[in-house]
Order: sequence, then C-alpha cells, then structure tokens
Amino acid sequence: MDPVAVPTAEAPENLASDLEDLLRSTPRHPRFLLPLLQDIQCRFRYLPRDALRFAAGHLGIPESRVYAVATFYKALSLTPRGEKTIKVCLGTACHLRGAGSVLDALSRTLGVQPGGTTEDLRFTLETVNCLGACALAPVVTVNDRVYGQMSPGRVADLLEEEAGHEAG
Amino acid sequence: MRLANPKALEEWRARLEEAAAACAHLPKVRVCAGTGCLANGSAKVRAAFEAEACARGMTLPVDFAAETTGCHGFCERGPLVVIEPGGILYEKVKPGDVPEIFEKTILRGEIVARLQYRDPNTKKPARTPGEIPFYARQHRLVLGRCGEVDPFEIADAVRLGAYAGLAKALDMPPGEIVGMVRESGLRGRGGGGFPTGAKWESARKAPGRHRFVLANGDEGDPGAFMDRSLMEGDPHSVLEGMIIGARAIGARKGFIYVRAEYPLAVKALQEAIRQAKERGLLGRDILGTGFDFDLEVCRGGGAFVCGESSALMASIEGRAGEPRVKYIRSTERGLWNCPTVLNNVETWANVPRIVLDGPGRFRSMGTEKSPGTKIFSLVGKVKNSGLVEIPMGTTLRTMIEDIGGGVLKNRRFKAVQTGGPSGGCLPGKFLDLAVDFDALTTSGSMMGSGGMIVMDERTCMVDLARYFIDFLAEESCGKCTPCREGLKALQRILHGLCSGRGEPGDGERLRALGEALAETALCGLGQTAPNPVLSALRHFPEEVAEHENEHFCRAGACKGMYWPLVDPSKCVGCGACGKACGTGAIKGAPRIPHVVDRQACITCGACLEACPFSAISPVRRERPA
Repeated sequence: MDPVAVPTAEAPENLASDLEDLLRSTPRHPRFLLPLLQDIQCRFRYLPRDALRFAAGHLGIPESRVYAVATFYKALSLTPRGEKTIKVCLGTACHLRGAGSVLDALSRTLGVQPGGTTEDLRFTLETVNCLGACALAPVVTVNDRVYGQMSPGRVADLLEEEAGHEAG
Repeated sequence: MRLANPKALEEWRARLEEAAAACAHLPKVRVCAGTGCLANGSAKVRAAFEAEACARGMTLPVDFAAETTGCHGFCERGPLVVIEPGGILYEKVKPGDVPEIFEKTILRGEIVARLQYRDPNTKKPARTPGEIPFYARQHRLVLGRCGEVDPFEIADAVRLGAYAGLAKALDMPPGEIVGMVRESGLRGRGGGGFPTGAKWESARKAPGRHRFVLANGDEGDPGAFMDRSLMEGDPHSVLEGMIIGARAIGARKGFIYVRAEYPLAVKALQEAIRQAKERGLLGRDILGTGFDFDLEVCRGGGAFVCGESSALMASIEGRAGEPRVKYIRSTERGLWNCPTVLNNVETWANVPRIVLDGPGRFRSMGTEKSPGTKIFSLVGKVKNSGLVEIPMGTTLRTMIEDIGGGVLKNRRFKAVQTGGPSGGCLPGKFLDLAVDFDALTTSGSMMGSGGMIVMDERTCMVDLARYFIDFLAEESCGKCTPCREGLKALQRILHGLCSGRGEPGDGERLRALGEALAETALCGLGQTAPNPVLSALRHFPEEVAEHENEHFCRAGACKGMYWPLVDPSKCVGCGACGKACGTGAIKGAPRIPHVVDRQACITCGACLEACPFSAISPVRRERPA
C-alpha cells in the first residue's frame, strides 16, 4: 500500500499519568504485550511513541520487541486514526456481491484512500478480509456497528446515520 | 451459587427443566441477536416486543418474555423471530411489525402471512423452521443450542444439556476420555482434518510439568463464519469441550484465541467464563472433584497468519505472530515449549456430545473416514445464505440445490469454492461429490474451515485466483522467501491476465511458480497459497488460456476484456440495463431491443448483472493486428 498522508496529532500531554491505570492493571509478564497495546490503541486511537517505551519498561522487554509487535498486527497503528473506523469487508462473499464499488464510493465521498484518515480525524477508511457476516454481503462496519447489504447508493445514508452516533 | 458436585448440576438442570415446562404455555418470542440479525436491527425488534407487552399491561417476564438468542444461521433473512408456543418463524421483522404480531399471532394464534418465509422456488410459505428446506435437511447437533439459548445466560445452556458431558468425563480416567475421542474418529474441523484423539494422546504422553489446551477462534478464511456463530451463540459448548480436553491431557490452563474482528464473540466468551466460574464449572475444584482448570480469552491483532498453529502460539506469548518450522510437534512443545493441544472451536464443540453419547453414536453419522457432522457457511451467489450443519458425505448438490435453494436469479452454476484461500474451486462435474476431508482433497480442493462459496457464470476464475493471491500476499508474514516473493510474482502475472496484459506462457509460469511455492514455503499458509491458482488451471484451463492469448474474459468480470452484447431475440426492452448503467451507454426505446454504445461503455458489468432475462452476454473484442 502506498504511504498515505497522515494527519499529525500531538502526543497526549500527560501520557505517563494517562497510562498509569492501564499499566497498573496489566501484570508484568511479556505475554500481556498485545493486550496492553490493544488497550492503548483503544484509548488513544493509536500508539504514541512514548507509550511503546512505557510498555517496554513495564513488561521488562526491549523496545524493539514492542515495535515488532506494534507493526505486525493490523489492529495496531503508529499513526492516529479517526474517531470512527469504517471497515469495508472485501471477503470473498462481499467481493462477489460488489464490495469493490462500495469501497470506491466511500473513498470518493470521504476523500481518502483505503488506509487513510480524513483531515478532521473523524473517519479512518480501512479494508478487511472478511468480517464473518457473509450472509449480509457486502458488509461495512463502523466501529462495532454492522451495516449489511451495502451498495454505493447507501453510502450517504450510512454516513448520515453515523453522524447521529457519538464517537465510540 | 457454586455447584458442589455433578449431582448438584443434574438437580439444577432438573429444576430448570421443570420451571421451563411450567411456563411452556406462556407466550414468548426468541429474537436472534447474532451479528447478522443485530446488523439488521434485531435489538430494536426485541425492545419493541417488550414495549408492546408492557403497553398491554403484561408483566415481564411472567406473562410474556422476549428472549435473545445467538445465531440461528439463516442470517440473510434476519432479523429472525420465533414465537412460542408453536415455534412460528417470522423473517425480516421490523419494529413496526410487532403490534400486528402481538395482536394476531401471540394473542390469537393467527399467522401473519407477509412475514413468513417463502420458498424462493415454490413460493410455498413455511410455518416453523422445520418446514424450511434450509433447516429441514440439516442435522444441527453442534449448532443445536444456537438460536435456542441466550448465550449470556448459563442456565439456558444447562437446561438444554450443557456440562452433562463434563460431569461424565470427570468420572472417567483421563486415558479413557482420550480413548473415546480417538475411537469416535473426530478430525480437526479447522481444515487440516488431523485425528483429534491422536493429538490428545501425543500431548498427554509428552513429558512436561505444564500442559495447555487452546481453541483456535482466529477464523480468518474469507467466507467462513461458523466459529463466530458458535462462540457467539453457544459459548458454553466450546468451554465444555475445552474443560473435558484439559481433564483428558492434564492441562490446568487454556486460552481461546479470537479474531480481532469478532468483538461480540469475545464478549460472549468472557461472560460465559465468568458464569461458569461462578457455578464451579470452571476454575478451582471443578464440581468438587479437585480438578482445577482456568480459561482466558486472547484477542487477536488482525493477522490471518495467526490461524496457523505456531503463529497463534507466538501471538499468545506476546510476540509477532510468525510461524516456526515444525520439526517438533506442538503437542510435544507448543505454547512456552510445553505440550499443547490446539483445536479449532468447532472441534472442541463436538467433544461434549462424543463423551456424553459415546463414540458409536458419533460414528453413526458421516463417512467412514470422516465421521460426524460439519458446519459449512454457504454464501455467495446462492439463494439461501447461512450456516448449514450436515453429516459428512452429503453431496454438494444437496447442499447447494436443496438447502441453498439453487443459484441466485436461477443463473447457471459455475463452481463452488471451498477451503478459503487455501482451497480451490470445484466445477459442475463435482456436484455429486460426497463431501468429506479426503474427497475434497483428492478432487483438488480442501475442507478448510468449511467455507462454501457458490459462483455463477458471472464469476471469472482468473479474477478469483487474483483475489485470493492478493489476499494472501497481503497476509503473508514475510518470514520465508518463497511465500513473500513467490506470492508477489504470482500476483504480477495474475494482475496482467486480468487487465488485458496477459502473455502467452503465463499459465505455465503460474503453474511452475505455484508448484515451487507449495513445496518450499515454511508454513501451511504458503504451502497452500497457490491452490486457488492451481485449481483454476486444473479445472478452468480454457478460461486461463483466453485471458492469456485472447485477452478475453468470458465471465465479463475483468474490465476492458469483453464487450457486452445484447441478444435482440431475448431482449424485451425493459430498460433494467439502462437504469443500472452509470455512463448512459445503453441506447434504445421501451419494448424495443436495446444496444450498447461501445464509445461510452466502460465494461463495468452492471448491465450484465441487471438484465433479468440474461439477454446481455460478454463477447470477444476485435484486437488490433
């Protein structure tokens, strides 16, 4: 995938204190690295650089290993993501029923490429290889809300409905 | 309240049954709250039922109950609602339908005809799920409680028999449990088909102080969702299987690894674990027998390769999910180098029934080498999409035509894709194949986790191979060279073929590359990665040749490689194609055969899809000399 322009966000000011409770509730064993990073990702919508350092210190492992894990898994991101992540399923069933044109329509409407985040940091557009809701193909999720039987024509409705939901 | 011993469990079950029988005559509705039905608004439907009952002065849940259940499997028709007594099924229920359902069905026992399922071929309405061919031809054993119970309520599962297998297993010597599973002939439902009993035996005998049992819920194959439905719809069946397995091999700790994309499954499992612990069915001193076993849910990080056993273990250990070479089996040295049994979610869910009913009963279904049932997710261009549980050895024809209702829009069946990205496509001549692990492998595909993706003549086999190779190239972890570079090379050739840049010899190059990749890759992902390409070459050589030599796509799926041509003898001039066309390339007046303006046509294929009379077909382009 081509590198995409990413909006820069200031690292949270008091990262150490923001992370304190997360670290406190995470046992100091390397196996909790992935869950810890998932929790950090969940809170900040990305992994601030310093957070990787804190995680390494807390679990007693090298920062390089934290970086390896942080860059391996798709659910983790080193750059800020939008308040809402729109995932377009490109699984086989969705592919056969026209997911590609739904993705094109979302990409056009939001003005971002797949993998990109809108400038106002509201939406991140992503693709995913099967959400396991194949009977509803083509499927789009926004955070954990599922929209089935999507079509390019329903994209506007989806974004309108999402505007009504609080972030989350 | 903890259950002190197996007897207490049975007493509790008896009380629950009694209570259920006492209110069997009271009206209640079961609303499906699986991912599919929730997406279609089932939560609002349930709320509407409760509101309506309150408005009518009924007391919840005494006079009336609106229960939520896990996935019923017929996701395309959701939200699904079953009304008791009578078991009346309504599909696609909207909150606005609720007052009418209350007035007619719940109070007067009448049917609301417009909400009934109608057979797409015969138009005959069905009153209960059992009358629908989709359900009638199934044997829902593993999925038995899905759609019947509230996955967030352990009492529901216990009432319908959950943990009875565990109670029996706790009374047996561990070796005997392993023997039972071996005798049953149960094979790994995740795709490999490895005998489960042999795996358990090996881990039980391996030296080591700690042992682990793991459930693979990293269901990454696009088009497969049976594990999701099981975890969401009946999490206790997975838990029970794992506790029995732990008892059999002597493990005291287990992990369930769930895909990042399945948040509802994580929630259901965590709650199930909490409730099982509260009842003394999990944790310390299980059912007062002194056996300790604890379970934990691990959320995946969004990497397909983590479905591979050694990568999955690396991921639980907190490392990047990269596979390792398996000189030593993970049953001897798996998680943290300890003996480990890793089974698929569906495999675990089969275990309680085997222990409870005995291996003979299990073997009475399915084929000699592949006993039992298998859950398939039947999706793609088929009329009835959803989860289908059938005995092994059922033919593809039964599955697709009888249960699935045939191909959408009555188009011609072209192929069925099984086994996800590691599998292959089977053309029409295999429709009478009796499906089990070995039959699929010998015909050039594989069981995989059980995805069944039906395709019609509008699916291009070269484009589909490209799709899967794109998927795998993206998901390859990059550790070994054959997979990392080989997939990229395959990808380049396939992209050329699908965009009119194919060259003579491309097919042969694909075959050579594919075979080399299968032989040299480090893990199962790479070794099976060329299967979609190789099966296209094997079963659809003429289509590959057309892409290669003529730059023609007969399916009309590859852009710029055909012209849509209207057959004037079939066209009735209905205008459906014109409405679908985004560039105004369809010319013609109502009721007069239309024509396609090739200047304006971008070969998007929308008209081919839209024509209800199959009057438009892709034809070869004239190529410049």
